[in-house]
Amino acid sequence: MLGFVLSRLLTFIPTFLGVTLISFSFIRALPGDPIIVMAGERGLTDERYQELVRQYGFDKPVFQQYLDYLWGVLHGDLGQSFVTKRPVWDEFFSLFPATLELSICAMIFAVALGLPAGVIAAVNRGKLPDRALMSAALVGYSMPIFWWALLLIILFSGMLGWTPVSGRISLLYYFEPVTGFMLIDSLLSGQKGAFASAASHLALPTVVLGTIPLAVIARQTRSAMLEVLGEDYIRTARAKGLSPARVNGVHALRNALIPVVTVIGLMVGTLLAGAILTETIFSWPGIGKWMVDSIFRRDYPVVQGGLLLIATMVMIVNLTVDVLYGFINPKIRRR
Amino acid sequence: MTETAPAPLAAPARPSALREFFHYFAENRGAVFGMWIFAGFVFVAAFAPWIAPYGPAEQFRDHALTPPAWVEGGSWAFPLGTDPLGRDMLSRLLHGARYSFFVGVVVVTVSAAGGVLIGLISAFSPKWLDAAIMRVMDIILAFPSLLLALVLVAILGPSLTNAMIAIALVAQPHYVRLTRASALGELQKDYVTAARVVGARLPRLMFVTVLPNCLAPIIVQAALSFSTAILDAAALGFLGMGAQPPTPEWGTMLAEAREFILRAWWVVTFPGLAILITVLSINLMGDGLRDALDPKLKRS
Repeated sequence: MLGFVLSRLLTFIPTFLGVTLISFSFIRALPGDPIIVMAGERGLTDERYQELVRQYGFDKPVFQQYLDYLWGVLHGDLGQSFVTKRPVWDEFFSLFPATLELSICAMIFAVALGLPAGVIAAVNRGKLPDRALMSAALVGYSMPIFWWALLLIILFSGMLGWTPVSGRISLLYYFEPVTGFMLIDSLLSGQKGAFASAASHLALPTVVLGTIPLAVIARQTRSAMLEVLGEDYIRTARAKGLSPARVNGVHALRNALIPVVTVIGLMVGTLLAGAILTETIFSWPGIGKWMVDSIFRRDYPVVQGGLLLIATMVMIVNLTVDVLYGFINPKIRRR
Repeated sequence: MTETAPAPLAAPARPSALREFFHYFAENRGAVFGMWIFAGFVFVAAFAPWIAPYGPAEQFRDHALTPPAWVEGGSWAFPLGTDPLGRDMLSRLLHGARYSFFVGVVVVTVSAAGGVLIGLISAFSPKWLDAAIMRVMDIILAFPSLLLALVLVAILGPSLTNAMIAIALVAQPHYVRLTRASALGELQKDYVTAARVVGARLPRLMFVTVLPNCLAPIIVQAALSFSTAILDAAALGFLGMGAQPPTPEWGTMLAEAREFILRAWWVVTFPGLAILITVLSINLMGDGLRDALDPKLKRS
């Protein structure tokens, strides 16, 4: 087991170095001189230009620059935003809770609907509920979520007026962030109506971001359940006279969950890509919108740092899922 | 099909591979339905300039934001209404099919060709090179695909061509992994050893002996990445990093229509519906392809 974990950790290191190399090359691959871009319309004196070149280390050999960059990364120094002049690291972690809150809610939404949908479809294989649910899942899976978001806004914000269009909470409420999660902070603040406001802001983005995971989980649960339902121990359980609910819900689902959980774990990348679109449409102040805005503002250190942090996060989650899977399923370890 | 030679007597009547494939494919009604819709999409993409009532950029300023024909105030001159600049929605949508089809074809061709080649090389190469290639693929896969595509487009400059390059690059590792995995499985089989013993050289072993037996999962992946490519290109267009206005690309059309969502639902609804229907038809076909090509699932 230890050997398995170590071997996974060992493949993590070269991949991480590669990711740092890509994010390092990003600024250097851009057309034009980053320092001139940073100066913007104002322009620079020659002296100031030389000073900045030295400050950013562009006068050193590229290899030396990369080592300096890596050294900085390992010490949590990702440079400063051109625009706000704040460290990229601080900006990332002040916006990250918003994305995390949205992603967690989207995952809860997807699992809460996707698991039962997959079980119902598998138990009724080939019948109407199966066909209806799987058709719906395929539509969800094919959905351009940016369009889906606009449709929901037309319906729920435009026609019905139930939900706000953007942001995390109404401007009427203000409180100091404690956890960074608006749902929890609004409860802690004790202000009347704050929680309802936060929840109504969260509703549409949650549905939009959760749609594709929901479809994937439903499809995966169905196929995993179908595989398990053919096993002998299920027949034994049925023969013992256990109720169908107990056989399907406990005996079968528990074993069908392993591949489903893996899929959920590996969906972090999908979620973050979805968060880019969802946050942009709903003006949700998280890292997805921050990345898009920075790309448009040509705030390159932010793009560079964000790229690295996001990729590292995805890698850590995938690694964790991998290792956990090895714990659950000993067959994997031997490969 | 022209005249075929009479079948040799010794061979039992085994249906040709293609016919067998269609037999299993046709069992999945959804897949056949998807195929017909996709055929319609290809037809529209090919003949858009002749089917569309107007040019995609033609403006009728007096008729800006005309609703669709069946809504009050609409007219059959513009069956799906017009956009804020008075351009006919139907004509723009029909022309948009060309861009989506083009994106799908180019991305699948480039990423599959590159990915299959690299995957085969990886399967046949010594361990260190194999490991190195797979680590590079891991690195690309560590980035969420849309984010990496966005950043690549930021480097290359926003345009449809650059969006296609970016999407193809991001799609490629999936082909590499698939090809490598199934080629490694084939390499252990006797027929490959036999071919080696007979003296087949490396290129022949790779492309003639092994590759045809790895094609099934690659074809399914090609269908999947066709629809992903259309979705990603539309998403990039929507974010302003893909095709640029006034190109009637569906995602770009949605981006232009955003400010009108509460006033003119049709400028928002139809481009997205076009994306959804196209992607859905391809995914339906992909499910049918998988069932027909994957021997493990056959008759299960």
